[in-house]
Amino acid sequence: MTTVFTLQIDGRDVAGSEGQTVMEVAEENGIDIPGLCHLEGIHDRGACRLCMVEIAGTPKLAAACMTTIVEGMDVTAHSERLLEYRRAITEMMFVERNHVCAVCVANNHCELQDMAADLELTHFDLPRISPKVDIDASHRLFAIDHNRCILCLRCVRVCDEIEGAHTWDVMNRGLDTRVQTDMGIPWGDSTTCTSCGKCVQVCPTGALFEKGRAVASGSKRQRPFLPWLKVVKEERGQ
Amino acid sequence: MPVLHPKPPAPTDDKRWKIVETRMRRMGDRPSALIEALHAAQEAFGYLDTEALNFVGDTLGVPHSRVYGVATFYSFFTLKPQGEHTCVVCTGTACYINGAKEILVGLDRALHVKPKETTADGKISILTARCLGACSLAPAVIVDGDVKGKVTAAELVAQLEAM
Amino acid sequence: MSEMPSAARSIRRRVSTEEIAEQPPRASAYVCEAASCMSAQAHDITVRLGERAAEAGLTDVLIKRVGCLGLCAAGPLVEIAETAQLFERVKPDDVEGIIKALKKVKSTDTRQPQGPFFEKQLRVATENLGRIDPESLDDFVGRGGYEALKRVLSEMTSTDVREEITRSGLRGRGGAGYPTGLKWTTVAKAQGAQKYVICNADEGDPGAFMDRSVLESDPFSILEGMAIAAFAVHASEGYIYCRAEYPLAVSRLRLAIRLAQRAGFLGAGIADTSFNFDVQIRLGAGAFVCGEETALIASVEGRRGTPRPRPPYPAVQGLWDCPTLINNVETFANVGAILRKGSEWYAGIGVGKSKGTKVFALAGRIVNTGLVEVPMGMTLREIVYDIGGGLIDGRPFKAVQTGGPSGGCIPAQLLDMAVSYESLIEVGSFMGSGGLIVMDDTSCMVDVAKYFQDFCREESCGKCVPCRVGTTQLYMLLDLITRGEATLDDLAQLERLAGIVQKTALCGLGQGAPNPIFSTLRYFRDEYLAHIVDKVCPAGVCTITPAEVTA
Ligand SMILES: Cc1cc2nc3c(=O)[nH]c(=O)nc-3n(C[C@H](O)[C@H](O)[C@H](O)COP(=O)(O)O)c2cc1C
Ligand code: SF4
Ligand code: SF4
Ligand code: FES
Repeated sequence: MTTVFTLQIDGRDVAGSEGQTVMEVAEENGIDIPGLCHLEGIHDRGACRLCMVEIAGTPKLAAACMTTIVEGMDVTAHSERLLEYRRAITEMMFVERNHVCAVCVANNHCELQDMAADLELTHFDLPRISPKVDIDASHRLFAIDHNRCILCLRCVRVCDEIEGAHTWDVMNRGLDTRVQTDMGIPWGDSTTCTSCGKCVQVCPTGALFEKGRAVASGSKRQRPFLPWLKVVKEERGQ
Repeated sequence: MPVLHPKPPAPTDDKRWKIVETRMRRMGDRPSALIEALHAAQEAFGYLDTEALNFVGDTLGVPHSRVYGVATFYSFFTLKPQGEHTCVVCTGTACYINGAKEILVGLDRALHVKPKETTADGKISILTARCLGACSLAPAVIVDGDVKGKVTAAELVAQLEAM
Repeated sequence: MSEMPSAARSIRRRVSTEEIAEQPPRASAYVCEAASCMSAQAHDITVRLGERAAEAGLTDVLIKRVGCLGLCAAGPLVEIAETAQLFERVKPDDVEGIIKALKKVKSTDTRQPQGPFFEKQLRVATENLGRIDPESLDDFVGRGGYEALKRVLSEMTSTDVREEITRSGLRGRGGAGYPTGLKWTTVAKAQGAQKYVICNADEGDPGAFMDRSVLESDPFSILEGMAIAAFAVHASEGYIYCRAEYPLAVSRLRLAIRLAQRAGFLGAGIADTSFNFDVQIRLGAGAFVCGEETALIASVEGRRGTPRPRPPYPAVQGLWDCPTLINNVETFANVGAILRKGSEWYAGIGVGKSKGTKVFALAGRIVNTGLVEVPMGMTLREIVYDIGGGLIDGRPFKAVQTGGPSGGCIPAQLLDMAVSYESLIEVGSFMGSGGLIVMDDTSCMVDVAKYFQDFCREESCGKCVPCRVGTTQLYMLLDLITRGEATLDDLAQLERLAGIVQKTALCGLGQGAPNPIFSTLRYFRDEYLAHIVDKVCPAGVCTITPAEVTA
């Protein structure tokens, strides 16, 4: 038996069951809370900070994707202040590496690009950091362009939690953080990769892509794996 | 709990692997022993090469990518062999305001090495540490394990050059 | 599952105070063998003193290795305990003089150390520092060690212990000052058969070495504090997470654990009761963020030390998802004394909601660099000038930095403030773990802010965007200012971005990273403006190349 809680999000009365996150309840009620590291079907990690919301009575902001609901909670998911923060965070993602949308395989099918559009982020004030990072095209089918990686770690999680291969993990820390395969070796040399392609499908940007597709030819349009992740999650009973 | 993965044999018959194996066994060869095992391997061999990382990962049943992720996260671990001698310059606050920056500049000028680098002849590696807790000796350095306090760039360069 | 060797269970030797006090020596020389003095070859002095005393036929003299004597700046230190005579910067040649002094000591001498450095201090957490041999359990017991644990186990319930700690008003010494009794109660009441106690000995704040000195000088008191805590929260396993940069502390802890196990103060059936508790050491590996409790737990579990959002708090869901009590070294060091002397006594020390004492590590441009413990509520001026002996070369005081990379710089006009958790936050700084770094007019405050930002950006775990990218952006802006290339717009951008990072970062590292910027802007804005508008660095630290004026 599940306990049902009632709460308010942006002034609307909504209900959810115990254990659900603010993000999930909002989604079920058609309230859009932005977020790029969140992906239904894999564990949340609260890292992109785009889903930060205000909760009445607590001084600090909370990540909606990792905050479980309680009875009577009063959540503000949209405000001037939150919009400013979300714009700044999205801008930080853009200037961290080298995102040139015009020449990206994911152009027009990129969640980061959509985020900027939704938030009406029109110009950048911050300088680019653009550390020198590589493209690894050693895999037979896929490639990764670290220039477009936002370190959401969806690829790492889906590879571990769903495929069970744990080919991907993270190396270094801080600004030097990179996703990497096996012992930091070229993807093509990985002995654990099953070439299932799940990581490519969950990648929100053009960082992971299928080889042999021309720029903007839509390699990112088809992501049939995503709906199944939701089903998996429901089957797990979460 | 049964161990699902077969334990790999030591890469070579170098006795130092025994130390690493023992340390892991004492912690039940569980994945949680990873950091302790890396410490043991680095103590034994001076640095962590792929062979060591693979061995530790396979013994503890930790995916290689995670072993690599952990080894590269912590700045105490080094994946490259160090020079014959190491010189750690403390860059904690007390050392910083007492001249650690000048020491690093001096080393670079005289020996042409920056932090995390080794001199061209492979003799001396320069490392930095975020506070050794030896603030009363600021600026402090550690040369081959010996703490030296209140050093000047000139003294340090002279000592290292004589090594 | 406990990893205690079975041998330790069977060999159990009771240590009694009488046994130690058999033959009190007429005179004793205490040689400090904590890390700072050790690196000044203090151990050679101990050996030489022993040899010379033997040669001179001084059979009623004790030469003892002790922990930190406090005045680290003047090491190696030797103290004659009976006369409180302190020998500073002792060289092998000075040994004769000490032997001579030892000959003159009368067994009836009982003098206390003189001078404001000693007289203004109040030692609770550091009461055994410089008094006992850190490698001798007998010495610890001789000073009342393990009395508290024995009493707790024989006379008190776990509720009694928690209430006593709550009444004492003790707050966490690791930085945030969370009420210790409350934390213990949360862990005790949390659901779960298995619970853990962790001692946070990661001491990452640059300029802080209090925990290190306590671990090196009085390791048993930490083990006793942890055991009492374990009893109070119903835990049977403990971990000490110690940074690898402290090898002496680690080896003394290892020894202390072995000795305590052998004497029945750790392991199964402690002090002949049914209470079981054992402790293991885990080494850090050079990541500042692992001092943050959720990152520390990840590290103990053998993973990358990245924090996770709280709640759930470790008290409810910590190590291996079990309720876990995490306290700082100094917090545990206070526990034994509170239970021996009573919560009322402890609560009687300090001001307002900041009870008891605080250990500070004095460093920077100060004469008496070293370790001090004072009642909460002492003014900064007393600490810096009376105890600390003022600034080196009598230079003008500019600021004192507290709270490490999440802290701030306190200017001269606030020297008369009484130090407490609350007052430090009020002035835009932070207690942190207790590092006090004194700066004189040779420090540029923009450069100091840049230094801390560099620290945070290097130590950022990289998990969340505001910290990973934001700290670098803040650093770039500060660099621009110190190079004399920034505009007033850049300054506005710095303040705006700092606010966003503070509000949106995942853990305390990112949330605290803008603090040094805020506090230097609050008190030293004119220095920022000098760099930006006049293109000069008033302290002469930053190398500004004046931009060429284009017509
Ligand atoms: C970035 C960061 C670093 C920290 N470093 C330490 C540390 O080195 N030692 C420590 O005891 N607490 C440190 N803390 C605080 C711990 O998270 C935790 O609050 C503390 O250990 C709890 O113990 P206490 O209640 O006894 O203070 C740190 C917190 C943050 C956010
Ligand atoms: S490669 Fe894609 S999925 Fe993986 S971390 Fe980067 S952006 Fe996320
Ligand atoms: S604030 Fe910094 S250290 Fe903390 S989780 Fe975010 S990136 Fe990691
Ligand atoms: S979606 Fe919640 S932090 Fe990224």
